[in-house]
Amino acid sequence: MSLNERITVLVSGYKANPKRLIEDLIHFIFLILGLITVGCVLIITIYLIISGLPAIIEIGPIEFLFGTRWASTASEPAFGILPFILTSIYGTAGAIIIGVPIGFFVAVYLAKMAPRKFKETMQLCVGVLAGIPSVIYGLVGMSVLVPAIRAIFDVPDGASLFAAIIVLSVMILPSVINVSLSALEAVPHEYEEASLSLGATSIETYFRVTVPAARSGIFTAIVLGIGRAIGEAMAIMMVAGNVANMPGLFKSVRFLTTAVASEMSYSSGLQREALFSIALVLFFFIMLINAVLNFLKTRSQKI
Amino acid sequence: MKKILVTLLVALCACTLFAQGANESASQSVSTDGSTSMESVVLSLAEVFEENTGIVVTYNPTGSGSGITAAQEGRADIGLSSRALKDSEVASGLTGTTVALDGIAIIVNPENPVSDLTVDQIAALYTGEFTNWAEVGGNDAPVVLIGREAGSGTRDGFESITGTEDVCKYSQELTSTGAVITAVVSNPNAIGYASLSAVNDTVKTVLVNGVAPSEETVLSGDYQIQRPFVFVTKSDSALSESAQQFFDFALSTDASDIIADAGAVPLV
Repeated sequence: MSLNERITVLVSGYKANPKRLIEDLIHFIFLILGLITVGCVLIITIYLIISGLPAIIEIGPIEFLFGTRWASTASEPAFGILPFILTSIYGTAGAIIIGVPIGFFVAVYLAKMAPRKFKETMQLCVGVLAGIPSVIYGLVGMSVLVPAIRAIFDVPDGASLFAAIIVLSVMILPSVINVSLSALEAVPHEYEEASLSLGATSIETYFRVTVPAARSGIFTAIVLGIGRAIGEAMAIMMVAGNVANMPGLFKSVRFLTTAVASEMSYSSGLQREALFSIALVLFFFIMLINAVLNFLKTRSQKI
Repeated sequence: MKKILVTLLVALCACTLFAQGANESASQSVSTDGSTSMESVVLSLAEVFEENTGIVVTYNPTGSGSGITAAQEGRADIGLSSRALKDSEVASGLTGTTVALDGIAIIVNPENPVSDLTVDQIAALYTGEFTNWAEVGGNDAPVVLIGREAGSGTRDGFESITGTEDVCKYSQELTSTGAVITAVVSNPNAIGYASLSAVNDTVKTVLVNGVAPSEETVLSGDYQIQRPFVFVTKSDSALSESAQQFFDFALSTDASDIIADAGAVPLV
């Protein structure tokens, strides 16, 4: 069949059934909308790589990634981002260590033990917590948490990695709680009933039967939490102090995100390019986390 | 009815969007290039100037050094420098005209008993030579240094006047004057710097070499932590008509309120 013949067949088909034309049109429009999303991802990726690579090459990948000194506007500038990378890793790890256990136990309690009314109220609160803009977290952290840390731990200045970890742990709670909760609720009741009828107590049942069955969903929650923590900028910019130190719990530190955000407005030349390179490194981390998330999702489907 | 209203509203919004765009394309323009610290002064001057005359003033934030070079090479009508011209630069055929002065206030927490510091003491505090307030006559408490982010005009001004470029041992680098003031308010041992116009009652302003910062002391030159905002032009060739107009406007009394609102001290 030649192209012309094909078109004739298609047109006559539409004439016989006009509804199909609308159907196909709608399909086409939705396809375009889908492609816009894909296009955004592609454009951002390509743009970041194009604008981020030159500075890495100019500075030297080793010196850039493993240099410990960042002084972008000094007369002899240094562009080492190891402090930022380590701070981001430590900060995220800290937030996970504090936030995940809390979120996990709250989810278990809400899924299995809480009275219905109480559970509904709690879920509402968690929803609100998820909706609070990050700048509000930062503001409260700046005016309450930072002075409190200074007073409690008797350090000269409360703006530190520790303050950032506390703020991040609270910020990841909603995603950890919500995702773990749905995973726990998706476990079939028969599993629990079987365990209970064999004489296990309800607590034993929850932690030996329900939680292992919801394992991959809970891992997904943790990875989502990591993603949220590593990408956060505004809130930690207000509580972490933003000095490019190697990380220490009570030292003023700068994260990958805040390194980009804090200097971008006045930057120029190699400094600006280096900021794009930092964004590229951050992007790489986020991609890594997404890959892990996808891996977990496909694995959970197999089980 | 509702639909028509919505459509009309959307159309109206779209119109304003394009109207904005259309205004940009005026025929004459003045190009300025240089100091990032002068951004708010130049942009607010440019805004009013454009309203009055329709001439667009472009601003390219590159830094004082490149602003001076741009004026020299004729790439910009007016170069912007936040330091006085060096003798060598004047000898190479440039004229510097100060349009405003920028005073930087040193602020501490109201609970801090220290109220008078010399420039040397401030430099010693910021370089980490003094780490305890007792060394400058205050309480026995650690000094917490609050500053601005790299590239900020206020930071550049403060560090160049006190001679502490690239050696400040900050414990916080914040991205706005407001954040610096908040940080100083919330920590009794903090010291920070901020543009004179932005300082309010919640913090204590320190006397520098016995002089309190104010418009008068900045103008008279008694207050030391200050620097000039300079328009750099070529001595031998005249400015274009529109550039001369902007130049005159910036030095006129009409501009003084605008300059003051933008956070600097006007000369007239």
